[in-house]
Amino acid sequence: MKRAVMTAVGLALTAVMLFPVYWMINVSFTRDQNMRADPPHLFPVDGTIEGYRAVLDQQLPYLGTSLLVGLGTVALTVVLAAPAGYALAKLRPVGGGALSFVLLIAQMIPGIIMAMGFYAIYLNLGVLNSVPGLILADSTIAVPFGVLIFTAFMSGIPDELMQAAVVDGAGRLRTFWSVVLPVSRNAIVTVSLFAFLWAWSDFIFASTLDGGGDHQPITLGIYQYIGNNNQQWNAIMATAVVASIPATILLIIAQRYVAAGVTAGAIKD
Amino acid sequence: MRRSRAYGHRGGWAAWAFLAPVTLYLLAFYAYPLYRNVELSLREYTVRSFVQGGAPFAGLDNYAKILSDPTFGPALLHTVVFTLASLAFQFTIGMALAVFFHQHFPLSGTLRALFLVPWLLPLIVSASTWSWMLNSDAGVVNAALGAAGIGPVNWLTSPDWSLASVIIANIWIGIPFNLVVLYSGLQAIPGTLYEAASLDGATGWQRFWRITFPLLRPVSAITLLLGLIYTLKVFDIIWIMTRGGPTDSSTTFATWSYRLGFGNLLPAFGPGAAVGNLLIVMALVFGLIYIRIQRRQYA
Repeated sequence: MKRAVMTAVGLALTAVMLFPVYWMINVSFTRDQNMRADPPHLFPVDGTIEGYRAVLDQQLPYLGTSLLVGLGTVALTVVLAAPAGYALAKLRPVGGGALSFVLLIAQMIPGIIMAMGFYAIYLNLGVLNSVPGLILADSTIAVPFGVLIFTAFMSGIPDELMQAAVVDGAGRLRTFWSVVLPVSRNAIVTVSLFAFLWAWSDFIFASTLDGGGDHQPITLGIYQYIGNNNQQWNAIMATAVVASIPATILLIIAQRYVAAGVTAGAIKD
Repeated sequence: MRRSRAYGHRGGWAAWAFLAPVTLYLLAFYAYPLYRNVELSLREYTVRSFVQGGAPFAGLDNYAKILSDPTFGPALLHTVVFTLASLAFQFTIGMALAVFFHQHFPLSGTLRALFLVPWLLPLIVSASTWSWMLNSDAGVVNAALGAAGIGPVNWLTSPDWSLASVIIANIWIGIPFNLVVLYSGLQAIPGTLYEAASLDGATGWQRFWRITFPLLRPVSAITLLLGLIYTLKVFDIIWIMTRGGPTDSSTTFATWSYRLGFGNLLPAFGPGAAVGNLLIVMALVFGLIYIRIQRRQYA
């Protein structure tokens, strides 16, 4: 009986917490003329898919760019972070501790400062408003975290596994490629997931480094919507719903990796 | 952490070959932008010299300029209030929820997972949703308050409420992180302790203050410090909801730095970079405290 009460309380708390998410969905289906109804319509009865039609008409290129930037960031992050994690966890070179320390510090640097430095550099190099430039900048959010996760995970791989490979005559590179990487699948999934999510959600690098580009990510699509046509809130919220899809999919199919990633940064050394 | 003696001998070029890409990357894409940022803050830049180079060295002029700027005081105050208020509520609510979900009732795992949603959404999505919910005329928050007989609040357009509005949105976004980390800390506390306390007749309240809270102190310290570092650099939410306004009433160092560098037609890169560097110093001070505490706990 008491457990049923707790479930009821839990459901109520979750409902309160997720109300803004529900509201976003509700508004995305609300007709323009009902938008300022008093009191607001709590359910999208007599709803419209006008907002989603606007997304299809106007936002698809933005979504494509975001997908590209997200995948590019994932690739760059894994390629850089996985070998580094292997070296720090298993080869333990002199100076490795210092590098780990630098990576920890790097995570704490505010994005606005990185953005300003990148802006100055990109302006001189002439790579402002380019997709590769944005991928590179977005990867700085994920690389230190990635090395941290790979290091923590790979130090749990039994040494015997790697010794067996060495006995078989495999070099370090081969051991890394055909022994360490395959058993590190979970770490790869966690790092990729967060790298994608952060790149997909990034606003600060997009707005500073890609503000005038032909290929802009979805965060800028929403931002311009808010700036330009203040009235079309169903279209704005429909875009927001669509922009939330990756997060939702990831939560459903990879929930344990998400929780692992959130805690790994805080708890593991 | 386990030492791997037999497999990896210390040192060695092979290890640094694996580390070379990330090391070069850190130099080129962390150290160099940071260096450029310091350089920006020490020179007198105009739009022309920003593109073509040759800006005169100005020493600490930019820093003197921002310290005497009328925005400095309010921005500092708002940064502190925003950070402390966000942390206090995120942590308290996160702790209460962690303890609640730790009781394992039907559906507790699923509901706990759903609590992660706000944290995973792109910040621009959360910020624009909150903007519309807090809209003075058509927002659902004012409609609910009106139903309770409370007059409409100009959440985003009144200088008295704008900071509170962005804090509310930021608390909402930060609860999941606190919940997940504190929950994982709770799982590490042996259940037998609670059983023993129950046998001694301890109430739930006593169990929390005598067992949970003291044993959770290390995890709590790290949660708060990480939260502090993350909250100091919050930019997206404030910028999208209020742009730091009206009249600087929700400006923090992060939004001020952005506005100086990118928010005006005539960019002031030097002062913008100077504000950014002050922010970095604040973040690093707390970052080093975090690392010290973490080292001590897991050494």
